[in-house]
Amino acid sequence: MTIRFDDPNRPNSYIGRTVPRPNAGKLVAGQGRYVDDITLPRMVHVAFVRSPHAHARIVSIDVGDAQAAKGVVRIVDGTEMATICTPWEGKLAHLQGMKTPPQHALAVDRVRYLGEPVVAVVARTRAEAEDAADLVVVDYDPLPAVTDLMTALDADTPIIHEGYEDNLCFRRTNEAGDVDGTFAGAHKVVEGWFKSGRHTGVTLEPRAIVADWKAGEAELTAHVSNQAPHMLQVLLAKHLDLPESRVRVVCGDVGGSFGVKVHVYPDEVATAALSKMLGRPVKFTADRLESFLSDIHARDHEATGRIALDADGRILGFDVDDWAAIGPYSIYPRTSAVEGLQVTNLIGGPYAFDHYRVRSSTVFQNKGICAQYRAVGHPVAVAITEGLVDKAAHEMGIDPVEFRRRNVIRDDAYPVSTVAGLKLEGLSHEKSLDALVEAMDYDALRAEQAELRAKGIHRGIGIASFIELTNPSPFMYGIGGARISAQDGCTVRMDPDGSVVALTGVTEQGQGTEAIMAQIVAEAVGIRPHMVRVVTGDTRVTPFGGGTWASRGAGIGGEAALRAGRALRDQILEVAASMLQGKAAALDIRDGVIVDAETGEDRLPIEEVGRIVYFRGDTLPPDLPRELMQTRHYITSNYPYAFTNGVQASLVEVDPDTGFVKLLKHWCVEDCGRIINPQLVDEQIRGGIVQGIGGALFEEVCYDAEGQMLNGSMADYLVPMSGEMPDMVIRHIETPTEEGALGAKGAGEAGTAGAPAAIMNAINDAIRPLGGEVTAMPFTPERILRALGRIRD
Amino acid sequence: MKASVGGYARARDLAHAFDLLAAANGMGRVIAGGQSLVAALNLGLTAGDLLVDITGITDLRGVRVEGDHLLIGALTRHVDIGSDPLVAEHAPLLARAVPLIAHDAIRNRGTIGGSLAHADPAAEFPACILALGATLIVEGPAGRREVPAADFFVDVFETALDEGDILTGIAVPCIAADERHGIEEATRRAGDYAIVGLAGVRRAAGHRIVAFGAGPRPMLCGAAMAALDAGDLDAACAAIGGELDPPSDTQGSAAYRRHLAGVLLGRLAAQLGDPS
Repeated sequence: MTIRFDDPNRPNSYIGRTVPRPNAGKLVAGQGRYVDDITLPRMVHVAFVRSPHAHARIVSIDVGDAQAAKGVVRIVDGTEMATICTPWEGKLAHLQGMKTPPQHALAVDRVRYLGEPVVAVVARTRAEAEDAADLVVVDYDPLPAVTDLMTALDADTPIIHEGYEDNLCFRRTNEAGDVDGTFAGAHKVVEGWFKSGRHTGVTLEPRAIVADWKAGEAELTAHVSNQAPHMLQVLLAKHLDLPESRVRVVCGDVGGSFGVKVHVYPDEVATAALSKMLGRPVKFTADRLESFLSDIHARDHEATGRIALDADGRILGFDVDDWAAIGPYSIYPRTSAVEGLQVTNLIGGPYAFDHYRVRSSTVFQNKGICAQYRAVGHPVAVAITEGLVDKAAHEMGIDPVEFRRRNVIRDDAYPVSTVAGLKLEGLSHEKSLDALVEAMDYDALRAEQAELRAKGIHRGIGIASFIELTNPSPFMYGIGGARISAQDGCTVRMDPDGSVVALTGVTEQGQGTEAIMAQIVAEAVGIRPHMVRVVTGDTRVTPFGGGTWASRGAGIGGEAALRAGRALRDQILEVAASMLQGKAAALDIRDGVIVDAETGEDRLPIEEVGRIVYFRGDTLPPDLPRELMQTRHYITSNYPYAFTNGVQASLVEVDPDTGFVKLLKHWCVEDCGRIINPQLVDEQIRGGIVQGIGGALFEEVCYDAEGQMLNGSMADYLVPMSGEMPDMVIRHIETPTEEGALGAKGAGEAGTAGAPAAIMNAINDAIRPLGGEVTAMPFTPERILRALGRIRD
Repeated sequence: MKASVGGYARARDLAHAFDLLAAANGMGRVIAGGQSLVAALNLGLTAGDLLVDITGITDLRGVRVEGDHLLIGALTRHVDIGSDPLVAEHAPLLARAVPLIAHDAIRNRGTIGGSLAHADPAAEFPACILALGATLIVEGPAGRREVPAADFFVDVFETALDEGDILTGIAVPCIAADERHGIEEATRRAGDYAIVGLAGVRRAAGHRIVAFGAGPRPMLCGAAMAALDAGDLDAACAAIGGELDPPSDTQGSAAYRRHLAGVLLGRLAAQLGDPS
């Protein structure tokens, strides 16, 4: 039986509605339980001695004074740590030619980035551990640091890893069609250079772990602030040499993650190993300074690109050379090659054209490790694409909206396999552009812009179409040998009173996973959402799953929940039919009551089924199935990814005297397929846009040439704040995926994917008449003024 | 990072505070609102301090007029400066500076004395005090002395306060009938320290223009002031950058800050009622 999502008057119509978040009350009441809230008997604390150098040989480590300090329990260096914890390599087999050396939980012999953990100091309190860590004397022999992206592969640049021939981690070229011939014969070729700053996620709750090894049970429980508990379970088991069944990872409340918390971190693994060594619980909570140094960074791309056009302004091809700087290691287990890889796939994503060449080179640096952060690769690819598209439209004298209308893949063309090799099931670029133009009142805005320009007010309108990869299949990681699950599962259990507990493999980081799971299960079973209790994040009890990343929670976890809920409904009805001596197909469950499907007449309260099954099962036929607990797993199979699409627009005002940009308004029309909870989707889009604005205007991790971080604090690394954020108008087109019954695709990253390009194009629209152009993010006031030639050094 | 504090004591009165500081063997540190000091402790920029909390000394709180001066107690909080009718009437520059200082939570605790004694070169109040030509009242074991604002700010986080001294109040000359005040600053985000800012006072005797975030301490901009006094705004805007030696950091280069000072001076002059 299918659910008629298009009928808002259907029974139990919770999917598609804004319903209250079941976990919001707890968090507002201050009753959330984050990792740092956990205190266990005999728990001790670890602080890490971190490298003050970007690159150095460790000559000696003297822990004598530290050992004698008050409260110290144990001090462990890299050599000792390596006896209990094996190193790892962040590689994927299908990324041919990729290289990265083994990475240890604590540095052995050499340090290769500022903040790399070198010595672990365990003490009764974090303060004592920090004080003792200050007394550890590490003698370093500094080595030259590699800190420049574009010269990383030059012959005279030092090589970071002994035994390697160069600093190249991974390179891929995606080429199709006749690029050279097309560009040679094109009516017009437009070129550009683009730069994206190095960002970090800045989660409100920092990374934290309480590792609790119980020798009596030979079992490790790790309470971690993480978004992929089963992945961490498997990898902790592997590197600490334990059976997976003896590792339990619990992710309770998580205060934001954005991809920061989907990786394996040396300090967290070391904390787990220390618990095993000491036989007692050990806590590590990163402080904010450590977060800037040791959380993953992202972006840090530089690219040159060109676009070929015919005389009608139709795109013939793209040709892009992208470079990405990572740290000295590729992240484990997802690799740091994926951001560059995504760029090679996503350039030109919304458009129909036949000639394509994108090369991306990922190089090692003596800086923090770069990895997957919200919208991996998308903001970079969208900025290059949309920057070139806008420039092309301008040089051809075509309005940027009209230029996109001419070039986007038609809404009726799907399914489509693109020249870049993407399989697109169904997108809505044309409808999205129509909705955007209507929402903006585009023509009126253009008229107002011209009016104000005459008065010396410089406003700009920027458009960015985009596609976004969601619902990944095993083609993303599993195919490369990584033990990262692309399938997910949900178990639903009816309790005697007819309420339901749902256990899901996807996780909650504050984005509302538990709310949508409750809605889906409620509709699937036929009860009210408040009757559903959702459990996430505990590998001991939830079905084995992938967790939450790549916008997979709703599309994959949600489909599993829908199927599990329908299976439970069917089982309830089978029992009810037996009790009523009727047919299950003639019954339905509505608002927790078993009713006649045809007439809607009440037949039996659902709790009566619970009472009979659990307490008077003797009254049912002996062979009647009575499992009021059902599990379903789901994996996508027809498409490697469910692509979504959308278009964003930004209205800005640039002060050409100061270089300041005022964000006046932002629009986003996006198509994430079936919308489960409109308010949560809107909030995801808004939050994503804010992070995109951060990258466009504010955020950049700055290192000097020696690899020292220049702005590792909340005062100096500028996260976007509410005061500077514009009003945002969010509109939706719904093109459900037909892979599952639910039809949902991901919505978590679309905002971040498109916002930077929209803002870049808006700024350039504002300043182009003044004779300037900016393409290096973040667009600081100084960069804008320099582009306008208004600063004298 | 965990703050490492050597100790904490709450002073009953000034004499008690002096005793506590004297007994601290050079590790004594006055704490009031704590909006900079506690952050510094948490960042490990200072450690082992014996904190002497003066917030209980109620005599140091509040604003009153004495003759032709406005006397502001050192413990008067930013939020109170912003809402005090006497400040609005007699020293509007200070009231206008308040919304530019950080955020509500900080303004609710931070004190004007703390801001001045901390002497962050990018902070608003030190620049305003210098622009107003105020006098700082300093008390110590050796007695009470008055320090002109021009002599008070020495270097980054460094003032004329000696070991054991406490800044107890500020005497600001009341605004004259023809006097105008103004403040302009550029911040990437509301509440951030200014990339560069200007506090200005126009009196019959001439302009006083002070730049903040543009050097090791609030800087009087003599050349710009002279040009403004001569009625030449363009020359003032052109001159101000040249007389500053601002830092370069991740928020902007020295060259950008110098440029910005010229732009802000044009806007400040409009506030001060100077002909453009």
